[in-house]
Amino acid sequence: MGETPHRSAHAGTGGTRVTEGHDRPAGASVRPAEAPVSTRTPGGAGLGGGGGLPRARAFGAERAFRALTLAAGTAVLVIIAAIAVFLVAKAVPALRANTENFWTFEGWFPNDAEPKFGIGALAFGTVLSSALALLIAVPVALGIALYLSHYAPRRLGTALGFLIDLLAAVPSVVFGLWGRDVFINPVRDFSAWLNTYFGWIPIFGGDGPFGKSIMLGALVLAIMVLPIITSLSREVFTQTPTANEEAALALGATRWEMIRTAVLPYGRPGIVAAVMLGLGRALGETIALAMTLGITFNISFNLIESGGNTIAANIANTFGEANDTGRGALIASGLVLFAITLIVNITARAIIHRRREFTESAA
Amino acid sequence: MAKRIEASNVTAYYGAFKAIENINLTVEPKTVTALIGPSGCGKSTFLRSINRMHEVLPGARVEGSLTIDDQDIYDRDVDVTAVRRMIGMVFQRPNPFPTMSIFENVVAGLRLNGVRRKSILDEAAERALRSANLWDEVKDRLGKPGAGLSGGQQQRLCIARTIAVEPQVVLMDEPCSALDPISTLAIEDLMFQLKDKFTIIIVTHNMQQAARVSDRTAFFSIEKTGDPGRLIEYDNTQKIFSNPGVKKTEDYITGRFG
Repeated sequence: MGETPHRSAHAGTGGTRVTEGHDRPAGASVRPAEAPVSTRTPGGAGLGGGGGLPRARAFGAERAFRALTLAAGTAVLVIIAAIAVFLVAKAVPALRANTENFWTFEGWFPNDAEPKFGIGALAFGTVLSSALALLIAVPVALGIALYLSHYAPRRLGTALGFLIDLLAAVPSVVFGLWGRDVFINPVRDFSAWLNTYFGWIPIFGGDGPFGKSIMLGALVLAIMVLPIITSLSREVFTQTPTANEEAALALGATRWEMIRTAVLPYGRPGIVAAVMLGLGRALGETIALAMTLGITFNISFNLIESGGNTIAANIANTFGEANDTGRGALIASGLVLFAITLIVNITARAIIHRRREFTESAA
Repeated sequence: MAKRIEASNVTAYYGAFKAIENINLTVEPKTVTALIGPSGCGKSTFLRSINRMHEVLPGARVEGSLTIDDQDIYDRDVDVTAVRRMIGMVFQRPNPFPTMSIFENVVAGLRLNGVRRKSILDEAAERALRSANLWDEVKDRLGKPGAGLSGGQQQRLCIARTIAVEPQVVLMDEPCSALDPISTLAIEDLMFQLKDKFTIIIVTHNMQQAARVSDRTAFFSIEKTGDPGRLIEYDNTQKIFSNPGVKKTEDYITGRFG
């Protein structure tokens, strides 16, 4: 504590080097600078047998850092509020001008003299493509994660893990290009095959054309969310306490039974979080879907016929030629997407929260 | 319910490192055998090779033969999970499954064996918890998380989980080292009761504990760090602690080294 300015004045007065900071609560940072001075006037009867306590600095790294973090925290709120105000202010006039029902109308003509647009088909397409993508990606991702964490030899695991992370680094526009120029061919053939043999199931029905369909979009999306879900759940799986794995093995569990008894339950909140992060990416994915979907405005469960659209893809596709009302309509659709994402996140938190009693005592 | 264990020339490795060398000993049914010795002398390694848990670690392997009632558990045709079901293990630190309730923890082994009937599970859980002297403390909160119990209760829960599958042998790797004296006493009392049904082998650093609970004591030691652990002396506990046959054993139990 040699750096405190008052020390030299009281150098001989006492050995109590207790900092002043201890006699106030940790949270109380704002403190009148002159108040403590009276108790420690040089020569007066101070606290530590001679008034030798050093004075707290009025301004130091501690306070500067506190102010900095406070500013950063406030900035987030300000930015969010600004965005919300902007979105609502732009969306409301467009919604007022809409001559059709915003929730049920299947179509998007906000630039006409009599604007007509509805969010239903877009929201449906968004949820359907994302859900399908997760349905495909989650089992594969969990399989890869378990292989990497519990089956693969260490070296192979590291190498494969690196490759998976590399997949996450591919820009989505590249996925989009690859999807519409390359991947579309096998998907088209597969769709035709499904249509021939399983056409009696409505989702595989219709009579073409096939190709730029929800199926293609969802498959490309699945590949895009795969790395996120894989690397997060792998991380969670490797954190399973060895003691619990050994406990399962010592009870006579096979490796798979050990994973079921010790690894998966332990990693459950992490898996849910990983899936929700993947879903967040899938819901918000824009350009890859704008390039691989057929861009239609109807609500249909058909997965293989050309068609499908999502909120984000629609914004990317139509923003360029939108007029004022058109932009307002797109912003309104953005608000709906935001609401969907919010609901997904709240649901995820609720799922993680529900068995808190068990997961917390595990920590 | 209890079987004889015979180890002959058991040698165990971690990769290139030889942890124990040529261990020969016979454990009689329904006895408590204590394995004592300084740290790093291989007693835990030997314990873990009895139920083939040693080989779980990467690069670890065991040579020699270990028989349970004349059946070699390291035989190529033997199903390792069957060995571990027959020879249960309690670990140094209580390790109940954190996501499971008390009840689910106890019946975890039975579930692994495919038991699904609720009535059978209920009955087995109560029996195991009673045997582990834990029933009265937890009977009203079987649905609560096992990890919410105290350390001593958790360890008894782990013992209940181990004996619920009705093994022949129960191995205990320093089961009391993370517990306070009162919980330790509870576990020691439990061992006296359990040896009516099971063969128990316990690794302990606490020589008083070895003297209190065991019928036979095996003293392991090493020459110096890096050397493999060897069995120095194996005899009745009373003899080991009153009149050991080897000078090194005497030095250890009287506290002259280790």
